[in-house]
Amino acid sequence: MSTLSRADVARLAALARIDMTDEDLDRLSGQLAAIVDSVALVAEVAGEDVPATSHPIPMSNVHRTDEVRPSLTQDQALDAAPEAEDGRFRVPKILGEEA
Amino acid sequence: MSYTYDEAMKDFDPVFGIEVHVELNTKTKMFCGCANEFGAEPNTNVCPVCLGLPGSMPVTNEKAVESAIRLGLALGCSIRESSRFARKNYFYPDLAKDYQISQYDEPTSYEGELDVVLDDGTVFTVGIERAHMEEDAGKNTHVGGSGGIQGADYSLVDYNRGGVPLVEIVTKTIEGAGERTAEVARAYVATIRDIVRGLGISDGRMEQGRLRADVNLSLRPKAADGEDQSAVPFGKRSETKNVNSLRAIERAIHFEVGRQADLLSKGEPVVQETRHWHEDTNSTTPGRSKEQAEDYRYFPEPDLLPVEPSREWVEELRGTIPEHPAKMRARLQEEWGFSDLEMRDAVAADALVLISDTVAAGAPAQAARKWWMGELARTANEREFTLPELPVTPADIAELQGLIDSGRINDKIARQVLAGVLDGEGAPTAIVEARGLEVVSDDSALEAAVDEALAAQPDVLAKIQEGKVQAAGAIVGAVMKATKGQADAGRVREIILARAGVEG
Repeated sequence: MSTLSRADVARLAALARIDMTDEDLDRLSGQLAAIVDSVALVAEVAGEDVPATSHPIPMSNVHRTDEVRPSLTQDQALDAAPEAEDGRFRVPKILGEEA
Repeated sequence: MSYTYDEAMKDFDPVFGIEVHVELNTKTKMFCGCANEFGAEPNTNVCPVCLGLPGSMPVTNEKAVESAIRLGLALGCSIRESSRFARKNYFYPDLAKDYQISQYDEPTSYEGELDVVLDDGTVFTVGIERAHMEEDAGKNTHVGGSGGIQGADYSLVDYNRGGVPLVEIVTKTIEGAGERTAEVARAYVATIRDIVRGLGISDGRMEQGRLRADVNLSLRPKAADGEDQSAVPFGKRSETKNVNSLRAIERAIHFEVGRQADLLSKGEPVVQETRHWHEDTNSTTPGRSKEQAEDYRYFPEPDLLPVEPSREWVEELRGTIPEHPAKMRARLQEEWGFSDLEMRDAVAADALVLISDTVAAGAPAQAARKWWMGELARTANEREFTLPELPVTPADIAELQGLIDSGRINDKIARQVLAGVLDGEGAPTAIVEARGLEVVSDDSALEAAVDEALAAQPDVLAKIQEGKVQAAGAIVGAVMKATKGQADAGRVREIILARAGVEG
């Protein structure tokens, strides 16, 4: 019994801005469902007394003091930009025609 | 639009909530050591972390965590023993990583309460849902079209602000404010601004975007007399973004109340959506629709470890929280003996801290108030500065007042000295000495000047001797002119009357 439907995968792909063909969706929804279902088995073993774990290494409070460190130069920052203008990153129009 | 705000209140009951973003004034960004400063050349305060380059790793700024906890405490919140950061995923060019590091289900501060004091002294308590840490985004500049995002040909991005620490404060749903909704909203944001300034964690300047408010608002039908208003279900809400002044908060609420009341009275639905506030037209326009249910796919930020402030540290920070701004105001008003009007004007002019510091530097409270609310307020107005921006310190004003009180200069000279301070000539005493502005207190010099003036106007002397004492004013004027205003007018008058043989 899969917990991840084809529609779920299509929606996630849209949110992640990944174009998928119908064949992609058919194939990946099957594969992803198998992965999700496998991971879900953990929930059957872990009881109520086991908290969800996001950080397996028992460490916390690793902070930095509030001291300025050197930044990149503007040239360095923009070096790998596909396009730049006036010291800024140039990006394509944000809203489409329909907006 | 047919419904006014006041008319809408007869038929509808507003329910609202406010999200305030506060930019912290730490020296560096939230997760990297780049400088947190306003106005630098574009993309000069950036590094691999805040540009979201692959392989870079964020590390939390301890000072920002401290500021966030102090703000949470000032809002009466509980501080979570263990909180985590989370990734909020969305695509927008001002977000270099395609996710914002924020907090989701475990915010640092939660469940607080803030008393908001309205102009007439009424106290309204606003529930605080949470206050969490996150990072700011970069700044987009749109090129082409009208300069807005609509119709732009392309956009330019400066990431200097990307990664600057923010605290987002979210209220609980606020009910029961009724016709005072706009006033409560404004006072709430003003109180948050006063609190962050009092804590010294942000300058809270809304016009520079250091403090930004989003207002959620919905209307529901007013309950019939005797019915329970809270039993009436909420209506659909709009979220108005970009409301960046206290006045705009009131106006945006007035506009939204009227707009929604119009729709509802015509039987049309209010669309649940984000709307943008426009300062120029005092209106809101729709942004993206919330119907495409935002899905940020939050998940715990794997690159950052949990924040677990020790209870000792939290208690130590609790000891640094200043008193509530409204309580402090009441105390200062009592100590200073200001009238309600004087106090309200001082608060409105942002002069409270300046007056307080001037008093601390030794000036009497009323004298401090007169300087800041009189001469300096006029100057600030002329130069289009705010009072705190004027190039004069409370210590300068206390020094100036001290010169008057000790009789070294008079009020008129003091204004000249103040002009010198404002023009960068130095401290008041130094200016008095450099320009030789001290009051002529040497009686022989004054007597000589009086004699000269009396000799020039013999008829005036006769009038004074006939009992027309007010005629002495002409001689005082002549002496003040002769001494370039540096005489003590009261003393000059005494000398004139003595010369005329008349009792003062």
